[in-house]
Amino acid sequence: MEQQRNAASFGMWLFLATEIMFFSGMFCAYLIYRYWYFNEFAVSSRTLNLPLGTVNTAVLICSSLTVALSVRAAQMGKRILLVTLLVATLLLGLVFLGIKGVEWKEKFDEHHVPGYSFDVSKLAKESPIPIDAQRAQLFFSLYFAMTGMHALHMIIGVGLFTWLTYKAWKGAFGPEYHTPVENFGLYWHFVDIIWIYLFPLLYLIDRKPLH
Amino acid sequence: MSEHTISSKTYYGIWILLLILTGLTAWIATVDLGPLNTIVAIAIATVKATVVVLFFMHVKYASEKMTKVVIVSAIFWMMLLLLLSLTDYTWRFAPGTN
Repeated sequence: MEQQRNAASFGMWLFLATEIMFFSGMFCAYLIYRYWYFNEFAVSSRTLNLPLGTVNTAVLICSSLTVALSVRAAQMGKRILLVTLLVATLLLGLVFLGIKGVEWKEKFDEHHVPGYSFDVSKLAKESPIPIDAQRAQLFFSLYFAMTGMHALHMIIGVGLFTWLTYKAWKGAFGPEYHTPVENFGLYWHFVDIIWIYLFPLLYLIDRKPLH
Repeated sequence: MSEHTISSKTYYGIWILLLILTGLTAWIATVDLGPLNTIVAIAIATVKATVVVLFFMHVKYASEKMTKVVIVSAIFWMMLLLLLSLTDYTWRFAPGTN
């Protein structure tokens, strides 16, 4: 049993290693363009909603806590506690996606979505030096690609946790068997870590007061 | 049961630490530290990611040593990608700036 559990968790970690590679490609593109077009990236980053971004980071951290506690509840065979914690995780995941949706809508309203309707005038007003619309669109392309891929992972996570909640309610998990809770938990924490990096990289490029 | 069960006190402690660091990173970004702003932001994110991996993801207590090998090699390959790409691109002119 011990060996089976180790093998299952090891397989999950191998999958997470491939996920790190997948996100690294986007982080690499982001770093290069941020270095090249720093002014456009700094000005665009300042238009993201900092209070909502900070609250969303806190929401994900709370969901990681409920996931960690749910693995513990499964280990101790507390079924009702496990179901409660899984439902709490689901709700926090949905709150995160809801807030993300509000933020995306703001971008559409401000015409900060890359494409024909992209409007650079609000950004230009806030920049001390002239800015290039193409380069600002690169920031928002990366913003939507990275937060979008992250949100897709969250949606998959919500699906996985819905299944876990159903199984936990049926009493499938206990001290002897709780591999799915543990491994989907690892996945959830991984998605949280991606956001822990996305938050400073996208929202906090340059929040210093303008002189 | 040979599996390690972590006390819920540890989890709550880590949770509080992560929330404090989130507030700290959002606040310190508004203070002008010059080029240090970016370094501080990445350092705080790395501390947060590390405690999540060690405590929430149980790596500190993992009996399977290969897990640590996988994590270290994944980070190694990621750094290889990021550092080699950046040493290339930082020594070039950006299109349209020269």
